[in-house]
Amino acid sequence: MNTATAAVDTLLYLNGVTVSFDGFKALNELSLIVEEGELRTIIGPNGAGKTTMMDVVTGKTRPDAGEVFFRGTADLSRLDEAAIANLGIGRKFQRPTVFENLTVLENLELSLDDSRGTLRTLFAQLSPDRRDRIDDTLARIGLTAQRAQSAGALSHGQKQWLEIGMLLIHDRSLLLLDEPVAGLTDRETEQTAELILDLAKDRTIVVVEHDMAFVRSLGAKVTVLHEGSVLAEGSIDHVQNDPHVIEVYLGR
Amino acid sequence: MSELPRGQRNSAWGPGFWAGFVACAVVLALAVPILNLWVPSNSAVALPDYLVPLLGKYLCYALLALSLDLVWGYAGILSLGHGAFFALGGYCMGMYLMRQIGTRGVYGNPLLPDFMVFLNWKELPWFWWGFDHFSWAAAMIVLVPGMLALVFGWLAFRSRVTGVYLSIITQAMTYALMLAFFRNDMGFGGNNGMTDYKDILGWDLHQPSTRLGLYLVSTTALGAGYLLCRFVTISKLGRVLLALRDAESRVRFLGYSVTNAKLFVFTLSAVLAGIAGALYVPQVGIINPSEFSPGNSIEIAIWVSVGGRGTLSGAIVGAVLVNLAKTWLTGAAPETWLFVLGALFVATTLVIPRGIVGLLHSARWVRPRATAPLPAGE
Repeated sequence: MNTATAAVDTLLYLNGVTVSFDGFKALNELSLIVEEGELRTIIGPNGAGKTTMMDVVTGKTRPDAGEVFFRGTADLSRLDEAAIANLGIGRKFQRPTVFENLTVLENLELSLDDSRGTLRTLFAQLSPDRRDRIDDTLARIGLTAQRAQSAGALSHGQKQWLEIGMLLIHDRSLLLLDEPVAGLTDRETEQTAELILDLAKDRTIVVVEHDMAFVRSLGAKVTVLHEGSVLAEGSIDHVQNDPHVIEVYLGR
Repeated sequence: MSELPRGQRNSAWGPGFWAGFVACAVVLALAVPILNLWVPSNSAVALPDYLVPLLGKYLCYALLALSLDLVWGYAGILSLGHGAFFALGGYCMGMYLMRQIGTRGVYGNPLLPDFMVFLNWKELPWFWWGFDHFSWAAAMIVLVPGMLALVFGWLAFRSRVTGVYLSIITQAMTYALMLAFFRNDMGFGGNNGMTDYKDILGWDLHQPSTRLGLYLVSTTALGAGYLLCRFVTISKLGRVLLALRDAESRVRFLGYSVTNAKLFVFTLSAVLAGIAGALYVPQVGIINPSEFSPGNSIEIAIWVSVGGRGTLSGAIVGAVLVNLAKTWLTGAAPETWLFVLGALFVATTLVIPRGIVGLLHSARWVRPRATAPLPAGE
């Protein structure tokens, strides 16, 4: 296939990506395409390479081989984390990582899409429209009352939402969510699914998740990873009936 | 509607803050000259002349501690080599003071400082050029520590050296500099360093009035350094630093350059340390390679942790109190000082991990805004 044209048309393009750690291939010639505006869920057993795939896309890990392109032109395998973030790719980690010693509001302030330059941040002032944006986001993630609390004092679920809010406020075009409902109650999981579906209306989202009920509730295209490459792809019903998938993942 | 950052900024520079700052500045800048000059010398509260440079020295240490707190307390960079920046600033000042001696040295050589005559050198090394002029020396006091920090920091932070590894290489840096400065052929006076200064900008260093002047300059430098550090720490950059101290990779994924942010505070901090060293040298009258010794740099970290890391004011309090104790104890029972210092560090870590100022904050005697909460697990 003509890789160049495929790369240009898609938002996120991975071709033949291999990453090995001490001989163990975390990703084995992984090829994956995510279209603009898509909501994609990625599932797979532990060690299938889900988190490594996110590490490669966000610049935390350099691939040993293969191509990673964003919008066809930006070669993500050559950029560092900050540069990739500034292209409009946001990531939510498996364990919620908010800045525990800053307040909820300050967490959002740092996530605004203002200049990231060191000297600019030294003299930065929060303009009224930026403050309105923070207020809108606080309302959207339901943390208006906790704005002045330190983020470390939030519950687990609230931290997950704050982290989603931190991605949301920047208005990024691609969000990578690593297990957004891990450790959440059923009620919180439902609320998070609603939030993700709402966010997916105007951006591309890739969700890595274990919780099959949650994946089903998102109703999106599913990619199954296994041993570092794609095992199956399609609707949730399609992949759940795939004999290979049943064997390696769902059958257990 | 979101009142916090704006309101926080206002209270950080509000009347309450300025009242406290001005009160401290007045006590430091006025009490010493008044007690020294206008109180009769037989009075109990009179400040004898010999104590003025000693107090000035404490203020230089306080500025040095402040510079370490900026990087350690706020950005989590525990530099155990800050003594090197202090010493480099001190050497730049020492070189200027050596040139001011002129023909009044023991050998009376108009071209060379005494130690070069002693080593049979024929001409001034190129790196001594310009040190006849105070403006050149002043520029070097800022540039030499600043450039070293910039290059060292760039190499270290770009390679993502953090935590204890960074502490170790900063320690190695100051140790390497100490060995280099011990060598006679380096051209900085070797083992003996530089001393026997006569005057600074035309003022006789042995005159009490010059010493009082140096004390007041040190007070001003400390005050300005404090305001500068406060400005940095309560800015948005200050919040980026706190964020990267606690979750460095998360800051990267937000799109901030962790390397640049660290490099900025590290270089700023080194410059402040260099200025502290430059003010220290004329008040103590000597600079030698022992200022680079690793132990000195570790002691700075102890001052900061005793006073309260991540508070700025705590660094000043810690530096002054520990050095007061040192002055007293090394006179009263010199052999016990190192044990006391070690015990002080252990006790502070165990009993008051937030230091003296942190303790005052938690007792709500002082308003805790604009200080950095310590990360969990430290």
